[in-house]
Amino acid sequence: MTPPILQVEGYGKYFQLHEQNKLIPSAHDVSFTVRAGELTALIGPTGAGKSSVLKGIYRTYLPSAGRILYRDAMGHELDLARASEHQILDLRRREIGFVTQFLHCLPRQPTLDVVAQPLFGLGVARPEARQRAADLLSAMSLPERLWSVSPATFSGGERQRVNLARGFIARPRLLLLDEPTASLDPATAECVIRLIEGLKAEGTAMLAIFHHPETTRRLADQVVELAPPPAVEAMLKEIA
Amino acid sequence: MNRILEVRGLSRIYGPGCPHCVDATGPEADTNRCPHCGSIVAIHDVSFDLFEGEILGVMGESGSGKSTVVKTLYFDQAPTGGEAVFFDGDTQHELFALNAARQRWLRNHRFGMVYQNPNLGLNFNISAGGNIAERLLMSDLMDYGAIRERAKTLLARTEVLLSRVDDLPKHFSGGMQQRVQIAKALATQPPLLFLDEVTTGLDLSVQARILDLILEIQQELKTAMVVVTHDLGVIRLLTGRAIVMKYGRVIETGLTDQILEDPRHAYTQRLVASAL
Repeated sequence: MTPPILQVEGYGKYFQLHEQNKLIPSAHDVSFTVRAGELTALIGPTGAGKSSVLKGIYRTYLPSAGRILYRDAMGHELDLARASEHQILDLRRREIGFVTQFLHCLPRQPTLDVVAQPLFGLGVARPEARQRAADLLSAMSLPERLWSVSPATFSGGERQRVNLARGFIARPRLLLLDEPTASLDPATAECVIRLIEGLKAEGTAMLAIFHHPETTRRLADQVVELAPPPAVEAMLKEIA
Repeated sequence: MNRILEVRGLSRIYGPGCPHCVDATGPEADTNRCPHCGSIVAIHDVSFDLFEGEILGVMGESGSGKSTVVKTLYFDQAPTGGEAVFFDGDTQHELFALNAARQRWLRNHRFGMVYQNPNLGLNFNISAGGNIAERLLMSDLMDYGAIRERAKTLLARTEVLLSRVDDLPKHFSGGMQQRVQIAKALATQPPLLFLDEVTTGLDLSVQARILDLILEIQQELKTAMVVVTHDLGVIRLLTGRAIVMKYGRVIETGLTDQILEDPRHAYTQRLVASAL
């Protein structure tokens, strides 16, 4: 068996809200692994901390507890929970992609550029980057008439395809997916599922949250079930 | 990725200063004015690294000291303490150990600055083209024709109408003045650019186009930038990392998305919560 690309050990995230003087647990004691060419799915009820885990790995959240061991393309292992900001930015540019639930983009940026953005960041020449974006968008059957306008006016499904295309285009080694098929019609969802299968076959490691249990069944090699974190009082009692 | 700037313990006190200045000011003391001697501790112990081609945000409200940080680094003001090293290829410059002539040379050749107030960055009594020519002359380009061509290229790049090259910037709109300032700052293709509240006070549509222009330039030229702003939208749009300042101290530093989504310091939480 190949060694895991990602090994999460005892991840926890607790928000300290100063204004309200509260400690809000968002994920507690989460452990799992993700391997190259495989998809690990996170399941569990709302509030179990599924998105919190993805954000902790991407470092949009600073993890409160645990280790997030990542093996990079050079074979070096580092703990993403403690890596420097520049290490994280470099990994985001080269190796780790994140398709969030909602597409954030500028209302004045054409779709082609939104999708090509990660390639611009890697220094790919603009015409080539745009060509690759166009190829990907036509593979995802996004009508060509939409490419030159901003996704701001798109339907949920169209927007989500743009979001996915941007996440896929730079071929990350590890891809984090937060409900990528949630707002898609069955035909488009099927197309996205095929794309994910294709990426898996190419060796991309994926950690995903899916809306439909059916999608999880089809795509997941491992399923990790999260339970909502205990209330702070309960955790304190456990320590005491 | 290589470091281009290393700032350590940068401090600037206005006034006589006394042994209590540092302890009696800052976020906990809720003031930047020393109650013992009346000095203003504009910044104290500010440290950060900037990497090549990176945009770092410095955020905070008025009086947080964020502008003082870039003004000391651009030699507009001398710091009262601290060090800064500028890495320029194989050469390292200890910024505050250099003599005035060397500092001026770096300022004219290797740094660029865009101020909130175009009055500070532009000479209002000479034409837009002349402003850029002035900077090119300081950087040893002497051929009149070459200077004029370069000035025109820069103004075209920053979307200033070429028909207005010979007009005085005081007759320009605020947005246009900022474009001329950006063109002037970029004239010598500096690897390091300081931007101090460059879009504050401009119309939203003008702001957006200037910010887009800054991003394009950054991607084209790989210029490293320090962007000072109180505007969370500017921070979100331009920067990859940010530091948050209050009463002259750095209270939080992190990846920009992390600071906006998972701020740790009570003040940053309030700041982010008050976004429109």
